[in-house]
Amino acid sequence: MTTSRKRFTAPQRLLHWLMAICILTMLFIGVGMVSTITSKYLTLVQIHKPLGIAILVLALIRLGLRIFYGAPALPADLPEPIKLAANLSQYIFYALMIGMPLIGWGMLSAASYPVVLFGSVHLPSILPLSPSLHTLLWRAHHYLAFAFFAFILMHVAAILFHKLIRNDGVFEAMAPALTRDEPK
Amino acid sequence: MAEPSTSPGTFRLKPLLIIATVVVVAAVAFAYTAGWLSPHRLTPKKLVAALAPPGGPALGYRRNHAKGICFTGTFEANGDGSALSKATVFERGQYPVVGRFNLGTADPKAADAMVRVRGIGIRITPPDGQEWRSAMIDAPIFAVSTPQGFYELQTASGSKEPDAMKNFIAAHPEFTGFLGWVKGAPWTESYAEERYNGLNSFLFVDSAGTTHAVRWSLVPSAQPVPITPDELAKRGPDFLEQEITQRVAAGPQRWTMVVTVANPGDPTADPTKAWPSDRRTVEVGTLTVQQIEPERDGPCLNINFDPTVLPSGIATSDDPFPAARSAAYSRSYNSRTAEASYYPGSGAKQ
Repeated sequence: MTTSRKRFTAPQRLLHWLMAICILTMLFIGVGMVSTITSKYLTLVQIHKPLGIAILVLALIRLGLRIFYGAPALPADLPEPIKLAANLSQYIFYALMIGMPLIGWGMLSAASYPVVLFGSVHLPSILPLSPSLHTLLWRAHHYLAFAFFAFILMHVAAILFHKLIRNDGVFEAMAPALTRDEPK
Repeated sequence: MAEPSTSPGTFRLKPLLIIATVVVVAAVAFAYTAGWLSPHRLTPKKLVAALAPPGGPALGYRRNHAKGICFTGTFEANGDGSALSKATVFERGQYPVVGRFNLGTADPKAADAMVRVRGIGIRITPPDGQEWRSAMIDAPIFAVSTPQGFYELQTASGSKEPDAMKNFIAAHPEFTGFLGWVKGAPWTESYAEERYNGLNSFLFVDSAGTTHAVRWSLVPSAQPVPITPDELAKRGPDFLEQEITQRVAAGPQRWTMVVTVANPGDPTADPTKAWPSDRRTVEVGTLTVQQIEPERDGPCLNINFDPTVLPSGIATSDDPFPAARSAAYSRSYNSRTAEASYYPGSGAKQ
């Protein structure tokens, strides 16, 4: 769905940049925590779980806004394969933003770990104790995390390409600048 | 909206260099965080690998304390722990327990008489889901002061270098205290006769928010009967599991949970240092083991007795071991659950 706006709405832009920070933090925490046995391990794990759930909630809100407000059209002169990649990447990002927290939650549930958000606030278990489910979800969580980071790198490279080489307004559509939308 | 500044087809190097630099810097930062650029970082992978016997780990089993047997029972809190911790598990009441008696070895087929350290893992589940998991051993002090030292101990004991252990002890003089227990303490003939000690220091947080540094132990009600390792060996390689099965079938076995409260200045970061014996102790409840079940298909098989699964009211202290244990146990759990089909008689080829 597209809109005649040239830019995403302010709430969409805000969510994009807020989530960019959250998700990058999350990926670095994830890959860092499994590489250490110091007390940082526990601190990182304690951030990883509530932050993951926060990302899930934000992603669902964002999906709602995306369906409601749509997205500005891509530049008309953009080659078709790049348009396809751009559209596909949005589906991939939404799937990962919503899927990764759910997979993590399911993985903890399948191992019968309590899912502690903070203090005495727990989430319910969403799966029964199962080594096979745990293994499947653990592997998915692990490999999709690297895929997620790779997609983010591609996303960053692509937007810099739009800004620095094509300067075609695609970056401006999501730019964090606090300017008003131009009149339609 | 900005207009395209160049016509398509004009090749410009500078923007491409900027893009490449951003991507490479981000990727390198990620690789650094993952430890790929730091071969000396002690990772959970390295720590767990160091536990493996020369032929590699026993697939499908815990990477340490691999030999064990499950039990179920209850923890009956007497309410006295509530003065120290607001955790619901200390409120007067009876809460279900899943646990596991085990031997401190990476070999699930080790003969009982060959393994000096015995342990217990427990998971207590109060109705509000504020679980408390703990894994304790029968030694009164731990072998080394730091997780790094533990890694070096595993490396030295698995080393073919003749002087490896001598060099290790020279670098870790604290190990001699543990060695004194290994050589001097009597063995017992039953899991039921062991006192199990948490060794690591944790913080109890009371309802006023005050923290108390504590350690805890399970003190058996069964009278210890000393036995020599030779005599134990004669009773068979799996005597302890047979014995505890028969003993619990004849009647439930009990342990008193005793919490020891540190005085200000007592060492909490070093589990090789026992606290003076005059420290305040509080009996907080009774563990009753009601039923023994084989580990295969038993309720403890797929439970990770991660000592950092704590209710609100218990927190980790400056003791570095619970974090290291949690990281390593998680690694072990992920490996062994992926190898579940290797566990004998699992039936579930997964």
